[in-house]
Amino acid sequence: MSLYNVFDIAGSGMSAQTTRLNLVASNMANAETVSSSTNETYRARQPVFGAVLQDEMSKQDVSSKGVRVLGVVESQTPLRTEYAPQHPMANADGYIFKPNVNVVEEMANMMSASQSYKNNVEMLNTAKQLLQETLKIGQ
Amino acid sequence: MATTIDSLFGVHEQALIYRSKRAEVLASNMANADTPGYKARDFDFKSVLNKLNTPAGQVKQTHYQHIAFDKTPATVALAYRTPMSASLDGNTVDTQVEQASYAQNALDYQTSVRFLNGKISSYLSALRGE
Repeated sequence: MSLYNVFDIAGSGMSAQTTRLNLVASNMANAETVSSSTNETYRARQPVFGAVLQDEMSKQDVSSKGVRVLGVVESQTPLRTEYAPQHPMANADGYIFKPNVNVVEEMANMMSASQSYKNNVEMLNTAKQLLQETLKIGQ
Repeated sequence: MATTIDSLFGVHEQALIYRSKRAEVLASNMANADTPGYKARDFDFKSVLNKLNTPAGQVKQTHYQHIAFDKTPATVALAYRTPMSASLDGNTVDTQVEQASYAQNALDYQTSVRFLNGKISSYLSALRGE
């Protein structure tokens, strides 16, 4: 019954969006984490989503079976460098490094992720309702 | 009334199968709303049902040793949705369009369920002689 697959698909979507929300939270929390070298500085992280495809051997037409997180990539935008010689974390030249997290971008990202999460929940609820009605046929 | 159990419920039995199949396809579109390069899929419900019910599309067993024809093929011809507007990452899922289609599909599913319930209750009242 295909309606049961909707549960798996919506579940995979919710899980992927949760990963995204977690990364947003991690980025926001570390937005002001200061370090004294570029190697140690936190970089903004983003998930990369990929469609889960049906088994191509058994089915002729490949339709997606949900979504999964293929990996997490770090942003390549330059770090924020500040001249603060009095800062305890300042390096020999008096510079501190701050993460390349764009807080406004992260906020927008968070809203998009929570909206997508809600969409998946709604979809799951609708499928559940349809199945309940199907179970009640003839009663 | 010459009916077999199969034809008691008319088209609604098959309709439910393909409505749930479509719900699955639309659900995977929604789940992949943020997947780069994902192309939204859908199928034409009307043409699928028409193909099943037109005489040309029906396969008959003319010999008792013929293998029974499976009336419900596992796959339907999935097509790609034409996007309303292009997106930078190559994703063609329009969440609003998918949501609306999903809602409509769910409503149509409920309609079929309602029709089935109606048929069952009318058969029951016929059997009871009410």
